[in-house]
Amino acid sequence: MIYLQIVANGIVLGGLYACIAVGFSLVWGVLNVINILHGTFIVLGSYVAYFGYVRFGIHPFVSIVIAGAALYGLGYLLQAGIINRVIAAPVLITLTLTFGLDLILNNAILLAFTADYLSVTLAHPLPSLELGPVFLPGDRVAAMALAIVLTFLLQRLLRDSRIGRAIVAVRMDREAAALMGVDVKRINAVTFAVGAFMAGAAGALLSIIYPISPLNSQVFLGKAFVVCVLGGLGSVPGAIVGGLVLGVVESFCGYWFGAEHVVTLSFGLLLILLFVRPSGLLGRRGYG
Amino acid sequence: MRDWIALIVVAIVLAGLPLVGSNYLLRLATTICMYAVMAQSWNFIGGLAGYPSFATAAFFGLGAYTSAILLNHGAPLPFAWGCAGLAALVFAALLGGAILHLRGHYFAIASLIVAEMLREIVNTLPNFTGGGKGLNLTMLAISVSAQARFFFYAMLGLAVFCTAFAILIHRSKLGFGLRCIQQNEDAANMLGVNTYAYKTAAFSLSAVFVGAAGAIYASWVNYIEPTDVFDVLLAVKPMVMVLLGGLGTIFGPAVGAVILLAFEELVWRSFLTIHAAVLGLIIVVLVLFLPNGILSIVRERLSGRTVVT
Repeated sequence: MIYLQIVANGIVLGGLYACIAVGFSLVWGVLNVINILHGTFIVLGSYVAYFGYVRFGIHPFVSIVIAGAALYGLGYLLQAGIINRVIAAPVLITLTLTFGLDLILNNAILLAFTADYLSVTLAHPLPSLELGPVFLPGDRVAAMALAIVLTFLLQRLLRDSRIGRAIVAVRMDREAAALMGVDVKRINAVTFAVGAFMAGAAGALLSIIYPISPLNSQVFLGKAFVVCVLGGLGSVPGAIVGGLVLGVVESFCGYWFGAEHVVTLSFGLLLILLFVRPSGLLGRRGYG
Repeated sequence: MRDWIALIVVAIVLAGLPLVGSNYLLRLATTICMYAVMAQSWNFIGGLAGYPSFATAAFFGLGAYTSAILLNHGAPLPFAWGCAGLAALVFAALLGGAILHLRGHYFAIASLIVAEMLREIVNTLPNFTGGGKGLNLTMLAISVSAQARFFFYAMLGLAVFCTAFAILIHRSKLGFGLRCIQQNEDAANMLGVNTYAYKTAAFSLSAVFVGAAGAIYASWVNYIEPTDVFDVLLAVKPMVMVLLGGLGTIFGPAVGAVILLAFEELVWRSFLTIHAAVLGLIIVVLVLFLPNGILSIVRERLSGRTVVT
């Protein structure tokens, strides 16, 4: 029966991983940019939720929108002002650029908030759930559910809205989209901003689960890497599948081998997967 | 021929440094030589073949740990350093076989993950590697200034050797093939370049000297820990140096090493808390405004025309 509990823990974790990775995957898929800033965006989202709760009593679940909107603005500015200038350059250039920007942003956070771990302690936590032998903390389940809802909303945005179709069009063929009247530079900025929104929202959700510190950005970025490669680049369902698979795998690894080996094993899984199936479990071209 | 003369002149001038310089200056020069080795090495895979490798940190840490563990088990110094280089070489050849079929971002991520993974492995084997507490190395039984001179000559020798290798490679069939791969890998493959073998060779070359540099570094500072020798900045700095000096050139990496260290000493020493941000700023400015390196300005002035990107 312990296995049911492990699977349940893994799924809860996996929903959050999906939310962490989906914005990263979108930016990678559409802009062909590895956004090293993604982890720091998530941390920033967590800080917004933390200060929202501590100073103004805003519940972190409500802060999803605030953190998302703040990061949307920051992401739009970064892409429109800086990254768009080298968007067509080779991988090395765009990757190094986002790395440099991340060093600056992360350092700024470190100066502003120090490396001390902060944590949100909810005054009125949700009651725990007991489903037969499985026992789950209510807040985690709620956070996971919200993460999945957000991810599906992104999917609907890409499928049904005008801007979403433009994003998908740019993903498929940049030149053709431009010829059809899509303002590619603006769509680039919007896409990056939507990715940042998802990061900020994920950060707000994670603030009630993980301690908050700028040092965590690398951890989140690593998760985004693994989920993207697992699920395959270029689809929202891929990110969900990748997230859930990683969550469950980590959960079992932690049980069998001990928590200290989880990171090694998940990275090992990533390397093996890159070797045998670089396109991921659900990989395909085109987004949404 | 000009390249060889330049290398010999620079090497002789630098070799005279201990006669005039203080220990502080020697420490700087040793670091410059170490940076030059790392930048030059990265240039083989990143500059010539155009593969954005983040594995430099992995090779550096692997070399440092290999050598440190051997030394702590009583191995002689040259043997331990040699083994460190060899370990990095073998590791890179095997790893290259697994990840060099990836292109672009996938390769970058895979290579980035390797250092993280090695660090975690070192962390989880405390009996063997000292774990997160790190490893102490016994100091050499010579005076402090003698040590400074010794490690300076060791790094300098490695840097000269590595640069000599670079000159050979740039002129050889291998260098030509790697440049072909950078421009169009599929076309190179069609024309009979064994891209797989060439890439693996370049990747291994980018490891062997870095592994040795890590070993010398470990002996030099007497203490290593996982977060220090597998630091991702060790993978990023070589790229920055090569971008500073000029991608795919012979002396660019060494020039970049000098410039970056000058920055570190002049700027970062005074502003320790924004150390990372300043490096980030350098990267952003470099990528946006000087994609061909600082030397490109000089070259443009000399030739009176713009360098085609």
